Amino acid sequence: MSLPTQSSGLFTEQVSEDKLVVSIGPQHPGAGHFRFTIRVEGDTITECIPDPGYVHRGGEKQTEYRTYIQSIPMIERSSLLDVTNITLPYCMAAEELMGIQVPPRAQYLRMIMSENQRIISHLYWLGIQGIFLGHSTMFMWPLGDRDIFIDLGQMIGGARITYSYCVPGGVRNDMPPNFKDRAMKVFEYFESRLKDYERIFFRSPLFEKRTRGVGVLSRSDAISLGVAGQVLRASGVKSDTRIDEPYCFYKDISFEVPVYDDGDTWARCMVHLEEMRQSMSIIRQCLEKMPQGQIKVKLSPQQRAQAGEAYCRTEAARGAMAFHIISDGSTKPYRTKWSVPSFRNLIALPKLLVGSHVADMPAIYWSLDYWPVEADR
Amino acid sequence: MSSGSSPELPKAEKGIIDAIGKLGEKAKLIYAKPNRIKFSVQRDDLVEVARFIRDELHFDHATNVTGTDFPKDGQLEITYHLGSHDGGEELRRIILAISCRIPSNDPKLPTLVNEYPSVLYHERETAEMIGCVFEGHPNLGRLLLPEDWTDIPPMLKAFRLPGRLEGE
Repeated sequence: MSLPTQSSGLFTEQVSEDKLVVSIGPQHPGAGHFRFTIRVEGDTITECIPDPGYVHRGGEKQTEYRTYIQSIPMIERSSLLDVTNITLPYCMAAEELMGIQVPPRAQYLRMIMSENQRIISHLYWLGIQGIFLGHSTMFMWPLGDRDIFIDLGQMIGGARITYSYCVPGGVRNDMPPNFKDRAMKVFEYFESRLKDYERIFFRSPLFEKRTRGVGVLSRSDAISLGVAGQVLRASGVKSDTRIDEPYCFYKDISFEVPVYDDGDTWARCMVHLEEMRQSMSIIRQCLEKMPQGQIKVKLSPQQRAQAGEAYCRTEAARGAMAFHIISDGSTKPYRTKWSVPSFRNLIALPKLLVGSHVADMPAIYWSLDYWPVEADR
Repeated sequence: MSSGSSPELPKAEKGIIDAIGKLGEKAKLIYAKPNRIKFSVQRDDLVEVARFIRDELHFDHATNVTGTDFPKDGQLEITYHLGSHDGGEELRRIILAISCRIPSNDPKLPTLVNEYPSVLYHERETAEMIGCVFEGHPNLGRLLLPEDWTDIPPMLKAFRLPGRLEGE
C-alpha cells in the first residue's frame, strides 16, 4: 500500500477507527529537516515512508562549477558535525587524480582531526539520544563535553566547526606545540567522564528497557540493504574502512572495531560509546608516531587533474563515506558523486520502524545516526 | 584512462578479472588498479552480469550509484559500485564498479533492485537527477528534488545553475 506523500502537504489522516496516518517532520523531528509518514494501528507502526530532500542543496552540481580547492568549504557544509571526515575522501580522490603524494605528517594530522571529529559527532549524537529517551542529564553532559573536543579541533584547525582543514595536497595548519599536553589532559578527563556516562545512562535500567530488542536489524538484512557504520557493526558485521582498506597510516595503528550481534538500538548505542574510546586511543598513538616534516604539497590555484576517475572511501563518524570523482583533465571536476553513510542508512528506517511502537520511534530513528543534511547533500 | 590489467595487481583482483572474463564479450574491462576494478556492460547484459557478480564473486551490497551525462557522446553512464562484507578479507578492500552506457535519447535501464536491494534509493536518486528510467523499480517518485520541480534533471550538463554564465 502506498501513501500519498507527494504534493499532499502535511496531514493526519484517519483511515478508519483504529488506523491513522501521521506525518512527522519536516520541522526538525529531533535533528535535521526530514519528514516521514507513518501509518499506525493502535500503538504499532504498520508502514513508514521516508521523504527526504528538504535540505537538498545540489552540492554535487555545484562542484562542477568550482575548482578542486574551491569546493571544500561547500562540501563540508553537508556534514557540519563531521567536517574532516567528509572532506578527506574528496581530497584523497582529488589527489589520486592529480598524482600527488601527501606528506606523512599531513596524513597523521588528518587522522588526528578525523578521530577528534568522530568524538565530536558521537557526543552530539549521544546528547540527542539522551533527550529522546527522556534522560535530560545525558543531553547536557555530552553537549558540554563536546565543547572541549571542539576546543581541541580549534587549536589545530583555527575555527570551531568549519575549518576546511583537509585540502588537496595536505592540510592547512600544523599542530601547535602545546597540543599534545592539552589533548592528554582532555583524554584523561573524558575517560573518567565516559565511566560516568556508562554508570548513569548506558547501564541504567531505563536505557536498557527502552533500547534492548527495539528496532532489530538482522545481519543478513544489514548486508543486503547496504547500510554502513554503526548500524552495520551493531548487526554483527565487522566492517570498518580503516581496517578493510586502510588509508593514511591506519595500518600502523592498533585499535578495536566494536561489533555487537544484537542488531538492536542498544547495540547501536554501545558501538557509538566504544568508538569514542577507540578514537582517543588512535589520537594518542598518532601523537606518538607522528614524524616532523612538511604538512602540504604546494599546488597551483588552478591545479589540473588527469582525465580519469577515482573512487576513494574513508570511515566517517556515521560510516563509510566515499567520493566518486570523474575528471576530464580540466581544473574542475566533471562529475562528483558523494556516497554518504546517512543516505545509505535511510533504507533501514522503514525496515526498523514497521512493527515497532510509536513511543520507540525517536530512539530507533536517532540510533541510526541519520543526519538529513548529509543524506540530502 | 588506462585500460587493461597491470602486472603488479594483487591476486584477488586478478581472480575477479579472470572470473568475469568467462562472461566473454558481455563485460569489458575499463580499468583495474589495486582495490578498484571497473567493467563496462551492455544494457541487455546488466542484470545477468550483476547476478554473476553477486552469486559467484560474493559482492553482496551496493555502496553507490553514479549517473553521468556525456552530451558529446550523446550518452549517459550509470555506474554501480559494489562491495563485499562476507567475501573475506581480500574482497572487503575491493570496490567493483560496473557501468553501463545508454543513449541519452532512450535513457532506460533494467533495475538491479532484485539483485541488490541496497540500490533502492540510489537508483531513485539517479533517476530524478539524470533522467534515467530504471525499468521494474518499485517507486521512482521524487526523492531529493522539490515536489514542484519542473525543469530538466539537474545533473544533466544541459542544466545550468541559475546565475552562472556559460563557460564559468
